[in-house]
Amino acid sequence: MKLAYWMYAGPAHIGTLRIASSFKNVHAIMHAPLGDDYFNVMRSMLERERDFTPVTTSIVDRHVLAQGSQEKVVDNIVRKDHEETPDLIVLTPTCTSSILQEDLQNFVERASLEAQCDVLLADVNHYRVNELQAADRTLQQVVQFYIEKARKKGELPSDRTEKPSVNIIGMTTLGFHNNHDRTELVKLMGDLGIEVNLVLPDKASVKQIKQLPRAWFNLVPYREVGPATATYLQEQFDQPTVDITPMGIVETARCIRTIQKVLNEQGAAVDYEAFIDEQTRFVSNAAWFSRSIDCQNLTGKKAVVFGDSTHAAAMTKILTREMGIHVVLAGTYCQYDEAWFRQQVSEYCDEVLISEDHGAIADKIATIEPAAIFGTQMERHVGKRLDIPCGVIAAPIHIQNFPVGYRPFLGYEGSNQLVDLIYNSFTLGMEDHLLEIFGGHDTKEVITKTVSADGDLNWTADAMTELNRVPGFVRGKVKRNTEKFARNHGHASIDVEVMYAAKESVGA
Amino acid sequence: MTLATPQPEKLEFDCDTGNYHTFCPISCVAWLYQKIEDSFFLVIGTKTCGYFLQNAMGVMIFAEPRYAMAELEESDISAQLNDYEELKRLCEQIKRDRNPSVIVFIGTCTTEIIKMDLEGLAPKLEGEIGIPIVVARANGLDYAFTQGEDTVLAAMVERCPTSDDLESPTDKAERNNFQKLLNFGRKTDTPEPTESPEYHDHPNLVIFGSVPDPIVTQMTLELKKQGIKVGGWLPAKRYTELPVLDEGDYVIGINPFLSRTATGLMRRRKCKLIGAPFPIGPDGTRAWVEKVCSVFGIEPQGLAEREAKIWESLEDYLAIVRGKSVYFMGDNLLEISLARFLVRCGMTVPEIGIPYMDKRYQAAELALLEKTCHEMGAPLPKITEKPDNYKQIQRIQEIQPDLVITGMAHANPLEARGINTKWSVEFTFAQIHGFANARDILELVTRPLRRNSSLSDLGWDKLVKEEAKV
Repeated sequence: MKLAYWMYAGPAHIGTLRIASSFKNVHAIMHAPLGDDYFNVMRSMLERERDFTPVTTSIVDRHVLAQGSQEKVVDNIVRKDHEETPDLIVLTPTCTSSILQEDLQNFVERASLEAQCDVLLADVNHYRVNELQAADRTLQQVVQFYIEKARKKGELPSDRTEKPSVNIIGMTTLGFHNNHDRTELVKLMGDLGIEVNLVLPDKASVKQIKQLPRAWFNLVPYREVGPATATYLQEQFDQPTVDITPMGIVETARCIRTIQKVLNEQGAAVDYEAFIDEQTRFVSNAAWFSRSIDCQNLTGKKAVVFGDSTHAAAMTKILTREMGIHVVLAGTYCQYDEAWFRQQVSEYCDEVLISEDHGAIADKIATIEPAAIFGTQMERHVGKRLDIPCGVIAAPIHIQNFPVGYRPFLGYEGSNQLVDLIYNSFTLGMEDHLLEIFGGHDTKEVITKTVSADGDLNWTADAMTELNRVPGFVRGKVKRNTEKFARNHGHASIDVEVMYAAKESVGA
Repeated sequence: MTLATPQPEKLEFDCDTGNYHTFCPISCVAWLYQKIEDSFFLVIGTKTCGYFLQNAMGVMIFAEPRYAMAELEESDISAQLNDYEELKRLCEQIKRDRNPSVIVFIGTCTTEIIKMDLEGLAPKLEGEIGIPIVVARANGLDYAFTQGEDTVLAAMVERCPTSDDLESPTDKAERNNFQKLLNFGRKTDTPEPTESPEYHDHPNLVIFGSVPDPIVTQMTLELKKQGIKVGGWLPAKRYTELPVLDEGDYVIGINPFLSRTATGLMRRRKCKLIGAPFPIGPDGTRAWVEKVCSVFGIEPQGLAEREAKIWESLEDYLAIVRGKSVYFMGDNLLEISLARFLVRCGMTVPEIGIPYMDKRYQAAELALLEKTCHEMGAPLPKITEKPDNYKQIQRIQEIQPDLVITGMAHANPLEARGINTKWSVEFTFAQIHGFANARDILELVTRPLRRNSSLSDLGWDKLVKEEAKV
């Protein structure tokens, strides 16, 4: 049993449903008690989806518990087949169906006899994998199902497309800025003269899956969803995978160069160097920003980065390499991806943290007192309490991650957006100078190790008046620094003298 | 609508497939932890439960101090770990970090299925950690959405003291805290309401149901106007202030989804239940107060005038809703009361979906609904228990109601098809009880109508391309 106040990744069934409902004309049936279908609410409310979410629950109630679900699940599958004529119905296991140990595969087989559509049981263990792992697995499972089906029927195409082409794999509903990243990547491929063979699974039809082998390579922008499918396609069709996340100017260039290599190897004489140079220096504003005087003031500022592996790793690299910002700590909640994450970020930060415990990250933030945080909604919340700005760079998904305007994270426009996010997250200009006067900058020693540690020090009336003279936006920081100093020097209360001694010592 | 139209005499009840969406009953934590200020709610379930509270209810992040998940992992499910030891470890941590006056265990589907004996564990555990533990089984196998509150209050019924339990007068004084709440701003030497002659001599009355504090104040004052003293509320603001319940005391519910709590009060505490329509809308509020008066043999004063005055003040809103139709898909069990009020406002209701219909606990409300329909010349609504959302959406497409009150999963898709909607959960969280708050109900009900009439000239009714299959 684990005491949990917050979770970074959702349960497995959310991952499966994200894949199923990303496809066009695929329906999911959950075998679950009343209320477990809140995925419908998330999709309708967070993503502001106009269509009814294609997820139906076959309700487990007291009656089902006593007698087994018998015909209920099968009936619901067959009914949905009649009502909606989907191409595929995915039966989604839940924590409840896992412990009931019902033979869902048997339901699927029985329903397949009656239903016109394909019926598939998502093969995920609800207690062993989380949302992200389940999504990756389910997508691979659906792809394998349709590849094998086409192979049996002899419908698999044997040739690649005439011109260089790509499958973009891993775009899903309720993914972090996925809808805008999709547009940006499709545009980028167009600029490179590469045809998009298929984007998967978002808005794709399962009938198109058999066309996947025609692409020259697979682009997998996210670590969380897509790698399993790309690996499968590589094994089956010797289709190369490009799995470099094109986030930030440097990594976008590295991604494009890798694509170039992959295409060259297959006989297309493409050379993207001129394109990369043009984009980097003149079209995108991100590289110019790095050189501009504004960015100079960001040099050496401390930041903490935390998120899923994809975004946290990419952000760490951008901050360090492209902005000269000092990433003190980079972390991820994707514990299963620890080896990759460490290998990616170790040279760009002082410390790596792999944890699902939001308290551990919050304590680190409180200890480090960075000038800005780049994290999830949770770190934003922690930042609010500590008066440290936070840019949100990763899921858990929030309605704010579905802006109406265009905000990709990937590609060259994504780099522009990230510059804005980073720049606006730091305190700037005069504000920065005031902080300096009052010793707002990084101090060597820290006492307040946890977020919850409350001030036990008394402020005299004079000191309080003095504190209130400090401009509001830096007051919190000045207060904290003064209290640290007082604790270190054994002052039980803080008067004006202590306050200015603190200021001096910080300067020293 | 003319009175000559032949109408069914009785309400028609139906029970459908139960393939519908509503919130899980553990969502009651979202409002109960706020209501009971010294509590800690521990939801014992899986990642599924936690992610629901965090992402669908969107409340977890703000609640960090006073509610949490005890997340069951594979080792818990396969019984490799000892439930008692595990819960003890968590409770000790909660005690150390937050020191609440009560820990409420919220059992879930998972604890039901693996048959975790929470009721059996609690007494020993509470002895060991020295904090009372209340066990409520707010699971989706047996209950829907707001019924979660019912499971918690039903469990608390047994924890209410009797007057014999309260020995010292200070104890008693503390329990009257909510009375002080009513007297705030007055001089402190005002005589305690207990001895005040403005009250009739009547048996103890306790009101059950969780409502925000302003509603507690308003309803207590409303009864005070009739010379009736409220002896306590279940739940109170603090767990340590649970109301005193003696055999023969009178109890009355304020929410329509509390049938188990009502049963518990009658059977376990031998209280007398006053069955009344619920105080939602001026009509319901008047009926509720009148019923209490009649049980205590008190002649109600000025209620008819008060109701009339409220209706008069609502006229600007009534002009918008009159003659319009409203369809309830069924979500939070407030449906019957809201439908009755809206019929009285001049609306028609083709169908009321409702997760669960307790015809006994809601008897007075159903009777008032029937009576209201007859008086207003409105057709009687069809009441569908355990609805089927798919079939409902087809009926909605067919009858094109002016407003659909629905759960969150269907609101945007219906709006995209040109159908006005209002989230049912807003009525769960808004202050809707009592005379004065009728205005707030109509503010909610008319908002989509007003908003969409301001958009109507733009021709943006349908925002999906073809009439997509539902």
